[in-house]
Amino acid sequence: MTSTESRRASRRQVLKGAGALAAAGLVGAPAISRAQTGAIKIGVPTILSGRVAILGQTSVGGLKVVFDKFNAAGGINGRKIEMVVRDSKGAPQEAAKVTRDLINNDKCEIILDAEASSAAFAVQEVIREIGVLCIHSNSETSSLTADPKLHVPTAFRTARQGIHDAIGGGDYAAKISKAKGLKKWATCSPDYAYGRSNTAEFMEYAKHFDGNIQVVEESWPKLFQPDYTEVVTKLLNAKADAMYSALWGGDLVAFIDQANLYGLFDKQASFMVNLGDYGVVDQVKQFPQGVYSGGRYNRTVPATKENEEWYQNYVKTQKHKPTNWSWENAVAAEFVVEALKKTNGDTNGKKMAEAIKGMTLKSQFGTKGSVTMRAEDNTLVDYIIGYGVSLSKEPYVADFQASSWEPIFELEKQWKKKQGYIS
Amino acid sequence: MDLDALLRCVGTTSCVVTQLTSGMIIGMLLFLIASGVTLIFGVLNVINFAHGSLYMIGAYAAWTFYQLTGSYFVSALGAAVAVGVLGVLFERVLMSKVYGSNVLMQLLVCYAVVLISDDLIKIIWGPVPLSMGMPPEFRLPPIRFMGGVIPPFYLFMILAAMAIGLLLWLVIVRTRFGSIVRAAAINGPMVSALGIRVNLYYAAVFGIGSALAGAAGALAAPVRSLTPGMGFSILIESFIVTVIGGMGSIVGAFVASIIIGLTRSFGSIGFPLFVDGVMFLIMALVLIFKPSGLFGRPHR
Repeated sequence: MTSTESRRASRRQVLKGAGALAAAGLVGAPAISRAQTGAIKIGVPTILSGRVAILGQTSVGGLKVVFDKFNAAGGINGRKIEMVVRDSKGAPQEAAKVTRDLINNDKCEIILDAEASSAAFAVQEVIREIGVLCIHSNSETSSLTADPKLHVPTAFRTARQGIHDAIGGGDYAAKISKAKGLKKWATCSPDYAYGRSNTAEFMEYAKHFDGNIQVVEESWPKLFQPDYTEVVTKLLNAKADAMYSALWGGDLVAFIDQANLYGLFDKQASFMVNLGDYGVVDQVKQFPQGVYSGGRYNRTVPATKENEEWYQNYVKTQKHKPTNWSWENAVAAEFVVEALKKTNGDTNGKKMAEAIKGMTLKSQFGTKGSVTMRAEDNTLVDYIIGYGVSLSKEPYVADFQASSWEPIFELEKQWKKKQGYIS
Repeated sequence: MDLDALLRCVGTTSCVVTQLTSGMIIGMLLFLIASGVTLIFGVLNVINFAHGSLYMIGAYAAWTFYQLTGSYFVSALGAAVAVGVLGVLFERVLMSKVYGSNVLMQLLVCYAVVLISDDLIKIIWGPVPLSMGMPPEFRLPPIRFMGGVIPPFYLFMILAAMAIGLLLWLVIVRTRFGSIVRAAAINGPMVSALGIRVNLYYAAVFGIGSALAGAAGALAAPVRSLTPGMGFSILIESFIVTVIGGMGSIVGAFVASIIIGLTRSFGSIGFPLFVDGVMFLIMALVLIFKPSGLFGRPHR
């Protein structure tokens, strides 16, 4: 091909592209107005394949429980909710593409982003451009909503936030470390945004509450790494008094199976924020006893009638046990339903965002029976945070100690100042 | 980089023992897979890009047999045989059609098999990770040796992989079957002209290579979570091993597997963020200074 031909082809491509864009604009506008009279389509980019497919499966389960109830009650103005779920495999570029497709091709009016942090930031940038309502229901990386540079007015988060867990967990860990003299700590967390930030924040607050703590070893296995042998032996060689890990899902299952072979959990105190979740406890054949486990979802936390009923209903309708992602998504769905009631079914991103901002919902997942979407940074607060000790059989987590939110708010403010997020 | 930590480890017997065995565990599993890749390439001159899928199927098959029989040894053997049979079918139905074709065509066929097998695994066993758990006979406290820690199951894995490798080498070097296979690898048409049904030997070699991947999957099943697509990452490492050792060389695959295993185990202490980089660096150096690999012969 000559350079002239190349330029000609390039011009043609540009013209074709422009034509396609114009056509999409012409066709797209009436499609959205048509959509206002049909079902309310909600797009759900998530992970449905690979080692953490359970994330997508139990996220969708949490959403379905709420939306099925909403639809059974007749929807709003005769409009029911229809979920369009797509697999992004957790890859950022795929998540961005899937989200665009959901909005532009599937005509979804709302996005419930059930992605892990690896892809949630990519979804956030798509929402910034398009402006529909988006709720991040799984990404726990603090900066997603804490960093004002990343702020998107129509984007919210119902996932628990790393900094909240870190402050509550750091306080709990410090009490144990003081009592047992755990000075030398090692860490083992996945090497991506969530693992890095979560671990740094946890250790920062553990040290804040117990000045004697020092980190002597760090391991950063890759996300979805199949073999942890060298990581386990590295931790053994570190001869630390305690270990913190933010591994999760199938990665955590594989790590525990391999660490058990070396008796790692007998040699040190272990703190694992994601251990006590049904997706993990059901898969690990030799579930370690006596590990300090972060509160994720457990039918006994809180030990209330409402929580037990929710659990039973979930298992009955979804045919599997709920996980941490299930309640986070159920809460996201509740916010959408309540906002739709406030806007009388109008799915306009700005109107929905105005409705959700600062909204308090009655919820069994809240410390005081409710959760709030904090207006200042569009993130969920007042949900149950805490740690317990693992058991090898039901209820899998015992002696759960819930954290108080007042010190969390106070230290979170200081953390934000330190990060330069607020002045 | 934490070379101080690496030096401290090398100066401590307990650390050396633990990391050496850790490297051997990683290496021997890689060896089983890479030896299948290299055997198939050496004889059939095709690169089986779907070899990781056979490893995955081996792990799932072992899990299923274990649920049915409760015996890990029966499950491991059953998985290796099942994947071997599947490999023969794969060779007869698909791969034999692309012998002599360019690498792209072989890649396309293998990639199709990878996608189909991933989806079939999802349909049959579901997308959620499965865990076999440690068989009761291996639920023992780790062995202490010179201060180091060696889990009994890993010791079994190393010995089993070495025994399989030795058996494979003996079959190829010391038996009539091996002689015919080696002859067919050099000049298939001439062997065929002697009245030997070469196609059957090709299928058998593909089956043996597949069974090795199945055995690796079965050995990995008690300690790795089983997920659709789990064969992909190990396939990349097994190709690195094959390239370093020399395409077609089983001894080369053995040595290269140990090199990669030790790089990973000691690298995790000395240069944890650059372990993959070092593995690729070794491969690049081999390609520059000995393109046929450490034990490979120049490509025919």
